[in-house]
Amino acid sequence: MSNNKEEIRIGVYICHCGHNIAGAVDVVGVAEYAAKLPNVVISKDYKYMCSDPGQELIAADIKEYNLNRIVVTSCSPLLHEKTFREATTKAGLNQYFMQMVNIRENVSWVNENFDDATEKSKDLVRAAVQRVAFQRALEKQKVPVNPNVLIVGGGIAGISAALTMANAGKKVYLVEKESTIGGHMAIFDKTFPTLDCAACILTPKMSSVKNHPNITLWTYSEVSNVEGFVGNYKVQVTRKPRYVIEDLCVGCMLCVEKCIFKEGKFPDEFNQGLSKRKPVYVPFPQATPLVAVIDDKTCIHFKTGKCTQTCKTACDRNAIDFDQKPEIKEIEVGTVLLTTGFQAFDAKKVPYYGYGKYPNVFTSLEVERMVNASGPTEGHVLTREGKAPKSVGIIHCVGSRDEKTHKWCSRVCCMYSLKLAHLIKEHTGADVYNFYIDMRTPGKGYEEFYDKLLHEDVHFIRGRVSEVTDWITSPEEEGKLIIRAEDTMIGMVRRIPVDMVVLAVGMEPRDDAQEIRKMFNISCSTEGFFLERHPKLAPVNTFTDGVFIAGACQGPRDIPDSVAQAGAAAAEALVLIDSGHVELEPNTAYIVDEICSGCKSCLNICPYKAITFDLEKNKSSINVALCKGCGTCVAACPSSAIKQNLFEDVEIFSEIKGIFVE
Amino acid sequence: MSSTISNMPVLNIKREAELDKNFAKTIAKLAHGEQIYGCIQCGNCSSTCPLSPYMDYTPRKIIAMVKAGFREEVLTNKTIWLCASCYSCTVECPKGIKITDVMYALKREAIQNKIYPKRFTIPAMSKAFYDTVKSTGRSNEVALLMRYYMRTNIFSALSYVGVGLKLLKTGRLAIIEKQMKRKQDFKKMLKDSEN
Amino acid sequence: MKYLYYPGCSLKSSGKSYEESMLAVFKHLGIELQELNDWNCCGATNYMAINEQSAMSVTSRNLALAEEQGGSGEINLVAPCNACYMGLLKTKTYLENEQGLRDSVLQKLDSIGMKYEGRVKVRHPLDILVNDFGLDKLKMAVKKPLKDLNVVSYYGCQVVRPITAFDDASDPVYMDQIAMTLGATAVDWGMKVRCCGGSMTSTVSDVGLRLNYLLLKEAKRKKADIIITACPLCQFNLECFQDKISRKYGESVNIPVVFFPQLIGMALGLDKKELGLQRMFVQPQYL
Repeated sequence: MSNNKEEIRIGVYICHCGHNIAGAVDVVGVAEYAAKLPNVVISKDYKYMCSDPGQELIAADIKEYNLNRIVVTSCSPLLHEKTFREATTKAGLNQYFMQMVNIRENVSWVNENFDDATEKSKDLVRAAVQRVAFQRALEKQKVPVNPNVLIVGGGIAGISAALTMANAGKKVYLVEKESTIGGHMAIFDKTFPTLDCAACILTPKMSSVKNHPNITLWTYSEVSNVEGFVGNYKVQVTRKPRYVIEDLCVGCMLCVEKCIFKEGKFPDEFNQGLSKRKPVYVPFPQATPLVAVIDDKTCIHFKTGKCTQTCKTACDRNAIDFDQKPEIKEIEVGTVLLTTGFQAFDAKKVPYYGYGKYPNVFTSLEVERMVNASGPTEGHVLTREGKAPKSVGIIHCVGSRDEKTHKWCSRVCCMYSLKLAHLIKEHTGADVYNFYIDMRTPGKGYEEFYDKLLHEDVHFIRGRVSEVTDWITSPEEEGKLIIRAEDTMIGMVRRIPVDMVVLAVGMEPRDDAQEIRKMFNISCSTEGFFLERHPKLAPVNTFTDGVFIAGACQGPRDIPDSVAQAGAAAAEALVLIDSGHVELEPNTAYIVDEICSGCKSCLNICPYKAITFDLEKNKSSINVALCKGCGTCVAACPSSAIKQNLFEDVEIFSEIKGIFVE
Repeated sequence: MSSTISNMPVLNIKREAELDKNFAKTIAKLAHGEQIYGCIQCGNCSSTCPLSPYMDYTPRKIIAMVKAGFREEVLTNKTIWLCASCYSCTVECPKGIKITDVMYALKREAIQNKIYPKRFTIPAMSKAFYDTVKSTGRSNEVALLMRYYMRTNIFSALSYVGVGLKLLKTGRLAIIEKQMKRKQDFKKMLKDSEN
Repeated sequence: MKYLYYPGCSLKSSGKSYEESMLAVFKHLGIELQELNDWNCCGATNYMAINEQSAMSVTSRNLALAEEQGGSGEINLVAPCNACYMGLLKTKTYLENEQGLRDSVLQKLDSIGMKYEGRVKVRHPLDILVNDFGLDKLKMAVKKPLKDLNVVSYYGCQVVRPITAFDDASDPVYMDQIAMTLGATAVDWGMKVRCCGGSMTSTVSDVGLRLNYLLLKEAKRKKADIIITACPLCQFNLECFQDKISRKYGESVNIPVVFFPQLIGMALGLDKKELGLQRMFVQPQYL
């Protein structure tokens, strides 16, 4: 649909990119070749087109030669398309009249033969020259951004991000699956490398969240539906029934005391199953909100309907409501932060370490609870027989750095193993052995912490443990668990008898990560963690605008890094909110109403749910704010009623023709 | 003092020129995989190996030496022959290295280049087994052990007389074996594969 | 249920009672086994060390024979000896994964007028019993439950390694489950898959005997009454050198070591002779 009456005047600019391109391509030759192509008015080569003088060169030529189309032949558009579009705009030309040709990544870096590379560059330039003639002026669309934000996951990352956003004056909805916020950090006793108490630094933040006027906290809740697009999301949150009215409960614990179960009977999740809880419980004393919850899977009332409901009678505030139903909340937000965290590797998946078989094999999280003063053993490190261990082995890399479980390094295990070694030593005076493959302590004060441990008479054996067994070969091993590993520093296999084994389990994506990924329309990398837009330059962005990620849902990460990422994600969200609007790329699909037959073929194939059906007109219509320009519907439409800006048939076909026909 | 030092053998130094830079490549090809390049020297193989207590070098060291090109040392030592093919190293290796196949590859390489420890009993057993199967298509314990003891030490067979007699008494020795019908085909195929 | 059966060399000699008991038990349970015609050696471990190509050609001849005899479609080939089972399974798997190897092996088969199409599924009797026949049915067939019998299961190496087609590579449980089904007590021990040394009892007897000593000693420490196994070489090593080991280490390591079908046969009420129990060096007292 280019204006055929308009005279096309094209300027072609070939970049040397220092030696990057000029070293492998005859740039002068390409420029001379381009000058002879139809409609080309001027063709130039230059050392660095992206530099200020380079950009000014283009702007000046546009004015001087009255150019109306520009072809920049340089690097990948991912890097500099924006630069050259701006340069074009500055000279008063619509930015979509500029077309880029990538002769660096696609040519000079991947071709060894100078002549071949030059020929290929000429072909690509010829194609772009033919294409650009048909390009149209397009405008970006502006969409306002709703200033409210949704944060999913109330661990340390979600808590930090929520406080940052709320302190910046934004309305925050914090949704947490469990009955309390705090996440994994609430389970820990001390934090490395400073050994400050996890609860002491975390719980003030938890109560700030609860009390913040800008934060709406929904625990025991899950996001059940998401619609909309950047700046304008409609979200449905399902609040699961906790059978205790949150506004009435003050956490007095009377209901728990008076429960028909005199003693705890069910594995206490917070204590990693090391203690028992009742069907009505508060996970831990600083739980936020401090509201009891009734577990309907174990509560007699829900199982048989024959409970005397002593808890209900005991509550003088009438807070217990057995008839509570799931509650649906509908909210509108402009941005979303996913801080859904990780799950610990299931140690039963490596049977040769004996977890679940030998009672005195523990996971690191179990030991975290054990060393905690308010934990199931009141801070005493004890074997299942209730004795203090005389020797303890800590096995690193359980479920990490292993092709059969997870290939990645979980990043935190070396440090927390050192921490646990220190704490176990401090609590019991036992001989503590660390079995590691490589000691990884990259972080501020981390190596110094390792050094401290080296001086604390803790044993370090460099070797992957092949098995934990009760097979003994000498009398002193009787009654012990034997850890077998090659001491690779010495080159000899060692058998270490211990009373307790601690498995340093790694971090893995949560089981529900895929579900969340689909709901928010983002991607996961191959191992299953949420995928960032760029591993270095956009680590908290996703490929879906307005959805950000932070913390261990993106990859194994410790507390300082999670908090830092949460800050970064909050800042990115604030940028969107405070700019007030978003600009949408115009490379979207559109429907030519006259041709659309209303067959609905396009409706279900759109991966972004951007196509709706207008029943009155009996035609499909595309929401440009949702459309990502993937082209799927364009290809699928049986009557060719769907077209796409910047990818019109005439543009593509002339480009293809340009490649093949000299 | 200086004389003492001058009499000391040079043990722990290796010059680059003494290494076979293609050794790792050769072995990786023979051993079904490039995984050996990914070894992180964790020692799980040595630890799980039931025979490593008797080896000159632990399996972990063998992999390191293969990678670095210590051809001579690797092919002439007993470690590779002590591998009983129990595969525990292979299934446990966190980097998926087929260590048992590496050991096989090294054995074959040693035999091909005739640099295995000749007086050592295990290669002799392998050869005896190979020859027995080659001649009859099946392995026969009597024939196998005869070949083996002829190659090694005929007198050492005496210590097994007791076990042998008991096997005979309980009918567990097959002295006369059922022959294969298409033995000629079988032999032809073997001849082809040796070329 | 009908299967092709590859005995391998040991089941015709030192492991004769493995064949006898398995055939008897399977017949009793209605599982039909038909012996593979004209089979040859599986290649075993020693062969691989000399010439892998040749070893795999030898092995694949058996796979080709199975296709000849077994008709069309997928063919289940049962190999009770661990080494045979592993040799056949490994060869089959490697041929599937490596084009070059496959081409050269197929060419060798072709030179003697044979072909292999990849239709053979290599199976172990344990796999057949647990997954095809079923422990529930086995339980119903038990006539004399093995009460108060402490059994340790010794799987040996090559049944779940290097390719784990059933059960678990480091903590297999099928034999334990069978023992429990028969009414016995399955004693857990850390040596289930720890190697017996194979032919080392002959080649480096100091080492071979020590490996077996450690196994027998641990079985005794765990108060086992009997060891059951699924491999003729393991059984041979563990049983036939007990006197030698006891003398060498100055402590008695005597304990019956039988093949798992022999244990099943006793619980099913089959005749001792049918199960080849008269061939054992150490007679299981309980049975």
